[in-house]
Amino acid sequence: MSGSAVLLQFLNGLAGASSLFLVAAGLSLIFGVSRIVNFAHGSLFMLGMYLAVWLAERFGFWASVPLAAVAVGALGALIEILLLRRIYRAPELLQLLATFALVLLIKDFALWAWGPEDMLGPRAPGLAGAVGIAGRQFPQYELFLIVLGPAVFAALHFLLTRTRFGVLIRAATEDREMVGALGVNQRWLFTTVFALGAALAGLGGALAIPREPANLEIDLGIVSDAFVIVVVGGLGSIPGAFLAALLIGEVKAFCVGFGLAEITLAAEFIVMAVVLVLRPWGLLGRPLHEARAAAAGELHAPTRLMLALPLALIVVPLVSDAYTLVLLTDVFVFALFAVSLHFLLGPGGMVSFGHAAYFGLGAYAAALLVLRWQLPMELALLAAPLAALAGAALFGWFCVRLSGIYLAMLTLALAQIVWSVAFQWDAVTGGSNGLVGVWPAAWLASKPAYYLLTLALGTLGIACLWRIVGSSFGYALRASRDSPLRAEAVGIDVRAQQWTAFIVAGTFAGLAGALAAFSKGSISPETLSVPRSVEGLVMVLLGGVNALSGPVLGAAIFTWLEDLVSREIAYWRAALGAVILLLVLVRRWSFR
Amino acid sequence: MKSKALFLIILASIALPAFGQASVKIGELNSYKVFPAFLEPYKKGMELAVEEINRSGGVKLQLVSRDDGGTPGDAVRVAEELIARERVNALMGTFASNVGLAVSNLAAQRKILFLASEPLTDKMVWENGNRYTFRLRPSTYMQTAMLVPEAAKLKKRRWAIVYPNYEYGQSATASFKKLLSEAQPGVEFVAEQSSPLNKIDAGAVVQALAEAKPDAIFSSLFAADLQKFVREGNTRGLFKNTAVFNLLGGEPEYLDPLKDETPEGWWVTGYPWSEINTPEHKAFRDAYQKRWMDYPRQGSVVGYAAVHALAHAVRKARSTDSEKLVEALKGLQMQTPFGPIVWREIDHQSTMGAYVGQLARKGGKGTMVNWRYADGAKFQPSDQAVRALRRE
Repeated sequence: MSGSAVLLQFLNGLAGASSLFLVAAGLSLIFGVSRIVNFAHGSLFMLGMYLAVWLAERFGFWASVPLAAVAVGALGALIEILLLRRIYRAPELLQLLATFALVLLIKDFALWAWGPEDMLGPRAPGLAGAVGIAGRQFPQYELFLIVLGPAVFAALHFLLTRTRFGVLIRAATEDREMVGALGVNQRWLFTTVFALGAALAGLGGALAIPREPANLEIDLGIVSDAFVIVVVGGLGSIPGAFLAALLIGEVKAFCVGFGLAEITLAAEFIVMAVVLVLRPWGLLGRPLHEARAAAAGELHAPTRLMLALPLALIVVPLVSDAYTLVLLTDVFVFALFAVSLHFLLGPGGMVSFGHAAYFGLGAYAAALLVLRWQLPMELALLAAPLAALAGAALFGWFCVRLSGIYLAMLTLALAQIVWSVAFQWDAVTGGSNGLVGVWPAAWLASKPAYYLLTLALGTLGIACLWRIVGSSFGYALRASRDSPLRAEAVGIDVRAQQWTAFIVAGTFAGLAGALAAFSKGSISPETLSVPRSVEGLVMVLLGGVNALSGPVLGAAIFTWLEDLVSREIAYWRAALGAVILLLVLVRRWSFR
Repeated sequence: MKSKALFLIILASIALPAFGQASVKIGELNSYKVFPAFLEPYKKGMELAVEEINRSGGVKLQLVSRDDGGTPGDAVRVAEELIARERVNALMGTFASNVGLAVSNLAAQRKILFLASEPLTDKMVWENGNRYTFRLRPSTYMQTAMLVPEAAKLKKRRWAIVYPNYEYGQSATASFKKLLSEAQPGVEFVAEQSSPLNKIDAGAVVQALAEAKPDAIFSSLFAADLQKFVREGNTRGLFKNTAVFNLLGGEPEYLDPLKDETPEGWWVTGYPWSEINTPEHKAFRDAYQKRWMDYPRQGSVVGYAAVHALAHAVRKARSTDSEKLVEALKGLQMQTPFGPIVWREIDHQSTMGAYVGQLARKGGKGTMVNWRYADGAKFQPSDQAVRALRRE
């Protein structure tokens, strides 16, 4: 690359960094004060985009930007008052589920309001052209963004360090109970911070419309970018977010500049994994002050009815049609997957955003063993979980050194890296197409036979996991979760317990993946993508974390709902979101 | 007497489903939520065809349409539902390559006809081709091959390439490099940029391409990526002295959103719907506009022709049995809005073509000029090469 090329890619990186910073700053503020991991932050960004495109047609681009930001901020205040305020005391995971429900609702709202097609905004009047820099043409609008990012940073910095409001925010980030005890009106503080964070997301979205069409897929893309930046920078740290945005913006631009397409897909996740391994609390973060959360509740054992269920299910092939068997096969696969995730997340106390990696490793291993090494299918099915075991052992070793949201984000990063390898490594994994022709052996090929196989192995796997929870290892694991300090004191090697839990959970997820591969006949990178991990989380949370049988129920409900509702209702995501919200608000669902 | 009655019963049981009441159930699945810009018009095209066929009598079509969720795993489940619960006679649809290949593989396993209407991947009919899968649209290879003669004519030496990083973009790029090198020995490929689908970092990509100082660019971008690429490229002056070839760029689905930013002079494959005045296309366009109060897109033609193809197959087979439908589709000749096509026996690819032309702006809108129809039959590798690829 020539000098001028480096300069221009550097400027491209700066412009990208500014956009990223706006979203990440809002997320970081919200997390710092309310400890809520706002999954819906990307949805607020998306809403900002759509609103700005829509408003720009009526009032012009420059008027639409502040209007969209204010509108999204107002919506943020509403969300805080109507929803989040009621669940601050609920476990973190419940809050996560609630904001995930918002993602679903907002996506379908945008679909309903603006239709499915991408909407590119107008160019910014006055800044539509380009200026000559080092003999190249560089867009004026990008220069504007380059200036704007630091300007917003400076304004936020001023707000946080020089005003009373800022002092309160920082105090609340440090210790929110203490702020409350000193007589500060927390409600008002939380609402304002959430509205401010939402407005920043809306502003980011509105400013993006000349460069990027508003589309329905952007919400999850942006929120994962924002998470990465917030975590790399250190949770709750605005300067950290700024630094991380610069770092990631530049890395992305130079990956393109040097033509490193293979790395572009996972660049930010590689950065995050490296940063977290070296600095467990991000670049400028500090160890989190633990919120004084209630200890995890009692773990309910499955009822006798639940235990008798597999026996009853054996007769299903005699009385049902072939499709019911297909659906139930899916349910068993996901039940095993969800139970393995629950093992990590409930008794293990480690939230994983990347559990699909092990599901996918199992699936790919099964497919490769059959297609490349011509192994008999039965053998491949049993050997495949070993690949997941190896992956979990490797990744778990790094992950258990972290805790809380940092751990969750590292699992996400590692899963994304696995995904991008599967996506890129054409020669082995079949690239984006995946591998086809992964069918069971002849004697298992019929629907009832494969149904019974999945039922048997699924039940066996779930029984194993439940048995482990009740074993002495299971108790040591729960002790490590509830009070690491006391557990260490009585001689439990906390990290060893957690690492083992990681490996066990990964292995059984791998078995679920292998079963899935043979039931579909094909696999592709989506088997180990983020949405699959999120689905797993939703299943676990839907069923309730404090019951061993919860994930089974959750997997059944989710699979059945998805199948039924997606066929019958156009806005099935919104329907699912509404159901989740209702459960969250009305029953605080089996968390008590 | 007894044998005569038996004979009559047998005759009736064969003849009845074949004549008059022949009722066919088509199980259609597609990624309606993921690629709505293409698939909404596609659905309208299908529905128009179903109405036409049912009105004309003879074959009675029933279309059961489902969203396939956009992922292979979900699509396979949806296809299973269509086969097991809806008991459809044939499967049809899919958009993305990975979903298409997964459903095609399932169709072979379950021995049911699958008419892949849209997926472009070459593997569908070659490496992963099977007895039960047929594909309507011109493949990535065919459409690339249609652009190569024009590209070679320009005698540009330095080429840069940009493509979405998944199978379609990768194989378009590979085919283009191979075919152009054959047509114009000594050509150089000076830069290659692949970007994640729907997530192109357009500014950086345009900058990187400009650094390579290419004489010409070959792109297989579409939809949002194309919009972003065009806007950044226009602003940064990338296209000023550079010839650009863009696969699919002339399809109304992707051309219309460009509006007054439509780059003039680009060579594209596409569908100049307002200017094709052959009798078969006029009839289709009129019927479509009358039915939907909207103009047809590329997707409309695909949906329309795919449903008609199945109806033709049922008429020819006089049966709704998948094995017989497969035999009937092999070598079937039929009329489409783009003119007559044949379903090639050798690889189950139809010879439907595409329109090759240049982009231009007219009244703030993008349009195609200097276009001509490229017949799909003429842009195929040799039979020998196809046989080598297709392992049946």
